[in-house]
Amino acid sequence: MGNGTSLFVIVVTIANIAGCLWLIWWTSRRNPHDASGSNTTGHVWDGDLSEYNNPMPRWWLGLFLLTILFGFLYLALYPGLGSFAGVNGWSQISQYEEEVRQADARTNALYAPLANLSVTELADHPQAMAAARNLFANNCSTCHGSDARGARGFPNLTDDDWLWGGTPETIEQTIQNGRIGVMPALGAALGNDGTEQVIAYVLSLSGRNAPADWIEQGKQRFATVCAACHGPDGKGNPLLGAPNLTDNVWLYGSTPASLRETVTLGRNNAMPAHLPLLGETKVRLLAAYVYRLSRDEGHDEREDDDKQERGHERE
Amino acid sequence: MSHEIVERKIGLMGVLIALVISIGGLVEIVPLYFQSTVTEPAPGVKPYGPLELEGFDTYISEGCYNCHSQMVRPLQAETERYGHYSLAGESVYDHPFQFGSKRTGPDLARVGGRYSDEWQRIHLMNPRDVVPESNMPGFPWLAKQQIDPESTVAKMRALRKIGVPYSDADLAGAADQVKGRSKMDALIAYLQSKRYIVPASPAPAGQP
Repeated sequence: MGNGTSLFVIVVTIANIAGCLWLIWWTSRRNPHDASGSNTTGHVWDGDLSEYNNPMPRWWLGLFLLTILFGFLYLALYPGLGSFAGVNGWSQISQYEEEVRQADARTNALYAPLANLSVTELADHPQAMAAARNLFANNCSTCHGSDARGARGFPNLTDDDWLWGGTPETIEQTIQNGRIGVMPALGAALGNDGTEQVIAYVLSLSGRNAPADWIEQGKQRFATVCAACHGPDGKGNPLLGAPNLTDNVWLYGSTPASLRETVTLGRNNAMPAHLPLLGETKVRLLAAYVYRLSRDEGHDEREDDDKQERGHERE
Repeated sequence: MSHEIVERKIGLMGVLIALVISIGGLVEIVPLYFQSTVTEPAPGVKPYGPLELEGFDTYISEGCYNCHSQMVRPLQAETERYGHYSLAGESVYDHPFQFGSKRTGPDLARVGGRYSDEWQRIHLMNPRDVVPESNMPGFPWLAKQQIDPESTVAKMRALRKIGVPYSDADLAGAADQVKGRSKMDALIAYLQSKRYIVPASPAPAGQP
């Protein structure tokens, strides 16, 4: 705030309070023109109705004076008069910073013992995993689901299939910096027939049925167009985030329509960076949580049960 | 001056009432127009690009502000969830600003980069596809509505007149950048632009 503005605020504020004081003084007097000594306004209605014109009772007047006193005290202690910050130095931001300091002290007490543990150590640390479970629910579940099994376009984190690698270090890196997975649009390069052939070959890699002659032709096209990222055997490349095409795990589903969309239009998928949002320790906790999910035997059993149940339903 | 004059002359009374009730505004609102933390962009804040600007208009026309605020208050619980508290200088190019006053959904002031474009698309088509407990309505029609490139340029020209520093080159390239894009694309671009770009430093003195 500039000096001029500050002065303006100070002058108007003080003048306003002074005006209030004057108003109170003015209304608390008896009307000097009222020589008759009667305390009515002099108006008479219906022959005998008149209106009192008394000053305010003293207790009421006292309350007004107290609010004015409060106003002066407030303006002395807290910011209000232009750029004068008040004698006790309070500000909204300093209060906020104090709040943050206290909250940090509380959470640091919880996180400090975990800060120097590695991802694998954290994965076996029950307390750390309890905290990580909450962190996952708050930060990861909107995309990967509260059970971490993902959805179409959002990878399942409970299986042992990885786009960018499943070592503790790569998981941590993925969460810290995010990932951008790009599959180029190949519709123009492959043409309609080529696309169908490549799809047939990719389906066959996962043991699905497809016309045999398309598979054979698709294999040749795959070697020239797709192998650069997905590898000559279709097993993918975690350095590029190119998925393994031989394991019957499908990020965008395995229907021919979805595969056609993937091949002709490409895919552009991103995992946001979380280091700036969460900080190092929380990211490592989450990495440990995800690492644990993928090798948690209890989890796999439950998944198997689900599959069996679903299988029965279909039957 | 006696009480009686003020009570009898209603015009004078009106003037005096107006004077009394405008003092609060004179002291609290008027100085803000001369305060650099409010009138100048915070470091790193740039005017919206053409597509983001269309997204900003879509945000308003679809009434997003009815349920979403864009104002992270300096409270520990809020900055823990959303990031650094909002600064006045972040909204200087928002006409009108989108602080909002109600949060049925979360604050969106720092939503940029939190989710992928694809997630935003799925979520705007039908929020329950990704957040089962969400009560946000879907906005599937946005994907079908195309942006009119000419109106984008007109909007940018109007904004330039009220002080948004678009250059001639910005205006010239605007139409191409929004051509063939849907309002869905625009809204996602806008949401992704809502990032924390102000360097973490104590707020300037006098910042409320």
